[in-house]
Amino acid sequence: MSAVRLEGAVVLLGRFPALAGADLSVDPGEVVLVRGPNGAGKSTLLHLCAGLLPLSEGRGEVLGCDLGADRAAVRRRVGLLGHDTALYGELSPAENLDLWARASRVDAAVVPGALGRLGVPERLWAVPSTRLSAGQRRRVALAAIVVRRPELWLLDEPHAGLDGDGRELVSDLMSEAASAGAAVVLASHETGPADDLATRTVTMAGGTVGADAV
Amino acid sequence: MGLMWRDLRLLAGDIGLIAAKDLRIEWRARTTLGQVLPFALLVLVLFGFALNANRPTLELATPGLLWMTVLFATVVAVQRSVAVESIDGAGRMLLLSGMAPAAAFGGKALAVAVQLLAVVAVLLPGVVLLYGAEIESLPLAVVASLAATAGLAAAGSLLGAVVAGVRAHQTVLPILLLPVVAPVLIAATRAFEDALGKAAVNGWSWVGLLAGFTVVNVALGAVAYGPLMEEA
Repeated sequence: MSAVRLEGAVVLLGRFPALAGADLSVDPGEVVLVRGPNGAGKSTLLHLCAGLLPLSEGRGEVLGCDLGADRAAVRRRVGLLGHDTALYGELSPAENLDLWARASRVDAAVVPGALGRLGVPERLWAVPSTRLSAGQRRRVALAAIVVRRPELWLLDEPHAGLDGDGRELVSDLMSEAASAGAAVVLASHETGPADDLATRTVTMAGGTVGADAV
Repeated sequence: MGLMWRDLRLLAGDIGLIAAKDLRIEWRARTTLGQVLPFALLVLVLFGFALNANRPTLELATPGLLWMTVLFATVVAVQRSVAVESIDGAGRMLLLSGMAPAAAFGGKALAVAVQLLAVVAVLLPGVVLLYGAEIESLPLAVVASLAATAGLAAAGSLLGAVVAGVRAHQTVLPILLLPVVAPVLIAATRAFEDALGKAAVNGWSWVGLLAGFTVVNVALGAVAYGPLMEEA
């Protein structure tokens, strides 16, 4: 069973077709790099796969769940790192992750391990997230994905804003996830660490997915 | 039966989780303490100026002025409740968690209700001091306050979700909210006229109307909040 299968997927943002008939198939254990210029539809593709956007036309299945019929079931099983961190600024990293774990029905005892895994110093665990640097907030957002251990990782520019260590850490995480059988789809418009990591690269332009580049 | 109780326990736990989250955020941001409460007190004082500090008029108008002020506070509290979810995409966390939308709605409404109760708890002594009001039935005042704040919070949280995706939601919210909660203003004012001994009305029957309004809005919110969250 494919982790992601899109056939002629169309997503409208208002009247604008941000995805205009995208086809994509991703198997478990794969790391697929989605490349493309700004506005190509990469983020929309990830949000569709996360069950956050409705499918206007075409067919879509994520982790065996129909995107047209049960997006809520999809959302429970994926991890998404977007351009924003989806953290509550007044809550500390530990409080944010604790909330996320409880809301997701995951044992909150894994939170310290996840923060440690992402290299967030312990002295920052109780500091309001707004006071953290952009890079640290990004690490905390990634730690939230580690807490859930999703079957599908959807990462939008995951290396952006991270220092060298952070970039390496993200690459390690993706490799580990894929080795454990999860599928990873990452979007990036720049060349860099993502290239070495990807088992396959596809290119997007004008809301469609082109032929595999690798 | 056992499964239903388990589901209800989970729902209650999630409602508590979200309410605690929102209240913790508000406590740290000091929005209620630093902005809503001073704003509400200021409105009370200004109403006094507008009515030329005329004691008999103020005493008569006290219930209406009190609940008008709470209504204004509701707009501020709901706007803040909406903003908390939109900053840095934080609300996406709730969507992806798989939590029942009814729980997210219940938690957010509960947090707003607690803040509004705090506003009423400050305003009530305020009208006693500033307008010379006397509370003749404390139980009626307390129950009416609980029912009215619950109704305001439920309707406010529902409409907050309706406007969350609208670009000009801060200005659209009051336009939508104030007419919808007009029944709360009327019923709470009548109930307080009885509680403060200002009119010969049966305040408890107006509490019944407040409870009905709350039940309807809670039911609507529980059903509609999920699709509205997705739209936002």
